[in-house]
Amino acid sequence: METQVVIIGGGITGVGLARDLALRGVSSLLVEAKDLCAGASGANHGLLHSGARYVRSDPAAAVECRDEGALIKTLASHCVEDTGGLFVAVEGDDESHIADFPGLCARCGIEAREISVADARSLEPVLSERLIAAFQVPDAAVDPFHLAFDNLSEALQLGANAMLHTRVTGFDCDGRHIHRVRLRNELTGEETAVAAAQVVNAAGAWAREVAALARIRLEMSYSKGSLLITDQRLARRVINRLRPASDADILVPGGTVSIVGTTSIQLDRLDRIVPTIEESEAILQAAAVMVPALATTRYIRSYAGVRPLVASSPGDGRSLSRGFALIDHSADGIDNFLSIVGGKLTTYRLMAEKAADLVCHRLGVEAPGLTRTKPLSSFAANQWTQAGLSPRRWMQAGDPEDLLLCECEMVPASAVEAVIAGIRQQGGSVGLNSIGRRSRIGKGSCQGAFCGVRLCAYLCDRGERTGRQGLEDLRSFLTARWRGMRPILWDTALLQEELQEALHCGYFGLELSDRQL
Amino acid sequence: MTAREPIHCDLCIVGTGMAGMSAALFAANRGLRTALVGRTGEIIFATSLIDLMGVHPVESGTVWADPWAAIAALVRDQPRHPYALLPSEAIRSAIDELLDFLEANEMPFRGHPDRNVAVLTALGTAKTTYRVPLTFWAGVEARERKRPCLLADVQGLKGFSARQIASAASTSWPGLRTTRLVLPRVAGSGEVFAERLARALELDTHRRLLAEALAPHLAGVEAVGLPAILGISRSVAVLRDVEQRLGMPLFEIPTMPPGTTGLRLKETFERGLGAKGVTLFLENRVLAASMPSSGDFVLEVGRIEPELTIRAPMVILATGRFMGGGLKADRQVVRETLFDLPVHQPAGRAHWHREEFLDPRGHPVNRAGVCIDASFRPLDAAGRPVHARLFAAGSILAHQDWMRMKCGSGLAIASAWAAVGQAVGRLGRRKPPSS
Repeated sequence: METQVVIIGGGITGVGLARDLALRGVSSLLVEAKDLCAGASGANHGLLHSGARYVRSDPAAAVECRDEGALIKTLASHCVEDTGGLFVAVEGDDESHIADFPGLCARCGIEAREISVADARSLEPVLSERLIAAFQVPDAAVDPFHLAFDNLSEALQLGANAMLHTRVTGFDCDGRHIHRVRLRNELTGEETAVAAAQVVNAAGAWAREVAALARIRLEMSYSKGSLLITDQRLARRVINRLRPASDADILVPGGTVSIVGTTSIQLDRLDRIVPTIEESEAILQAAAVMVPALATTRYIRSYAGVRPLVASSPGDGRSLSRGFALIDHSADGIDNFLSIVGGKLTTYRLMAEKAADLVCHRLGVEAPGLTRTKPLSSFAANQWTQAGLSPRRWMQAGDPEDLLLCECEMVPASAVEAVIAGIRQQGGSVGLNSIGRRSRIGKGSCQGAFCGVRLCAYLCDRGERTGRQGLEDLRSFLTARWRGMRPILWDTALLQEELQEALHCGYFGLELSDRQL
Repeated sequence: MTAREPIHCDLCIVGTGMAGMSAALFAANRGLRTALVGRTGEIIFATSLIDLMGVHPVESGTVWADPWAAIAALVRDQPRHPYALLPSEAIRSAIDELLDFLEANEMPFRGHPDRNVAVLTALGTAKTTYRVPLTFWAGVEARERKRPCLLADVQGLKGFSARQIASAASTSWPGLRTTRLVLPRVAGSGEVFAERLARALELDTHRRLLAEALAPHLAGVEAVGLPAILGISRSVAVLRDVEQRLGMPLFEIPTMPPGTTGLRLKETFERGLGAKGVTLFLENRVLAASMPSSGDFVLEVGRIEPELTIRAPMVILATGRFMGGGLKADRQVVRETLFDLPVHQPAGRAHWHREEFLDPRGHPVNRAGVCIDASFRPLDAAGRPVHARLFAAGSILAHQDWMRMKCGSGLAIASAWAAVGQAVGRLGRRKPPSS
């Protein structure tokens, strides 16, 4: 195998880079150890920042967000819900912070319009009665999965290649040059190698581990952030708390739900990135000051991601730069290796562009980057993460043979087929987790307890999985969903969990080993 | 609210799961004037398999062939498990009395004397249980003898793939063949529902069509397995009729709940208990209850608003857990919903669940519940009975994990039997059975 560029990491930066290079006619192979958006790219708010959040702490990042957010709204509008945003303060919040806000926004060129508290509460009735200030800003919501999948699909269409569930196990170096990247398929154990002229480390939180394979030390700090998903959408707009960054200051609409977070917890290791009960309590209590309904609403699950931050000193993850770093490893003794780390979902395009510029410079490619002007193509296989789409399509098509495999989110077999086709194109592996990642399956109130069984039966039935593989797949799917359910298991969610356990343990006996079944 | 004439009875049973239904039967059999109140609850989710005791200790996942030996080991290791209050003779009598009733109401069960059986599930796993509806029995026998069988699924019935089941079961039961049946469907709908198929198969025409659809696939097999669709109220008659048409044994596999198996139990209980003179307030709830130190319990019953009042000197609480509505949790604490009884529970939500769903030890919150004395009376914080004539039975009891131990039905039936026995002893007088 041979390619011009190996891109390590299937998060938003990696896929953005694959597309950018493909548009310049440079061939690449993207390798991802797990699945697309397995790290922070799949575990964030889905907030397309106007930049207003960073006007005080990091004006440069604020300006980047302002520009990049505007570009994404224009060039990838099909992944964006342009909700607008509010910054609000409640009684007790720092008055000087509020007073400074419009000026700081103006200095960064970010439009922030003060509105009356009454107007804010009429725009978003869930806001607290204790509101004391409100500003409108051009924040928006973005579907990070849809955005990432379309970036990769466009890259693949232009000739790039991708291998998912493929881990980089080492680099074969020749002096100051990596000439081959060694790979192992994490599902089959099969080992391969690929020859490349340039290697880009876009492994997000795992960039340090990748760099270490080339005996390069990369200083990073890890800040875990957890979020909660409500059962229903509570607000039309993004709502930010106008105060110095703290826990649970942002409520973002995510289609039919709302997402509230985040926490910031310093991590030393990346082996267990799960949301905790303590975090869910902290989020709920803090966010309820801004939106009181958050204290009583039903939650559907929680999730956690790690902010990969470039830093050498520990501290609160929020106070470190949200800017990114493009690290040329020539200084570390390898001339065809670079790392692109840090940054934000909103600035992914810029990060990819800067990395591509350096790669192309090294390759002697003069073609200019096109992602600043060329709209992102939309691919039918990638649209199924969008809430409400599959029921709409299903009703419109009216095909009685097209059975709903997921009843909570109304995902029919036809949508599953489209998703499976997409997975194959992406070089992925067809299973409950990969289909769940690319659709609404398992995202409703049953959290996979019932649709998991139906989808498992469907996959085994069409020969994608043997019966035993299906059992393993189901266990893995339920295990993953459950980690997000555990922090919110009270009231109705606890009842739902009991039903799930009665079915999967009481009846199916999935907690027992296959030998006993 | 207008004043209502209260309904008087000897015993009011709250809860219509396996424990409440069984308690109503035992009470009626002992001549008590009995009222049964509850929503359909979780019984429609029942597989109708009668688990007695299957796994102990759950940490090791040890599956027992002999449930009585398993109970003895459990009681030795975990003396607070409710089974410790139930001599094996009592458990045996309770199960026999219940199964006799179900058999008399056209829902017979089968099993091996004193031995667990393994039933094929809709995922192709083998579930350890004690007694199975007769309609499942040929499958248990065929699996034990590894007979070549045909498994058929139905076009449009979701979550049930014969191919998947045969594949998953192939190591323990080779020689399973599969086919897919296309049965008559409602025009314009591709999806079929087990309940609708089952009701259709109570008609001769549909049984003929089923037999015709199966006929071409029978060469070389000795029995046929189907999802549980063989009727609701007359499942044995449906089974026998199709068997006769096929000339070979037929068996069912439970589908994903809610399915026909829970409905059969529900309908059989409702019919049989009504015939025994139990006053049924189904699809109702006890909305408020008072617990006087002397005199009758007063229970306000209705669907949303109180519609009637029941006065009874004795109450059996068989309201189940979270699904049944007997327990409810807020973010901090688990409560009992009717009398706010003390609930034995882990100290705080952080300790309710393990970090992994399938942790073999099970989740501590599933052992939370109401603690009882040897007379099956809930205890207060000081360890004394909350009330002399208030009893509890079934999954609301603390110190058990029915889902992991596979003891749900056995515990429900036997604790109901014991609670009724205590109630009878405390009534102080016996009435002749009502006609």
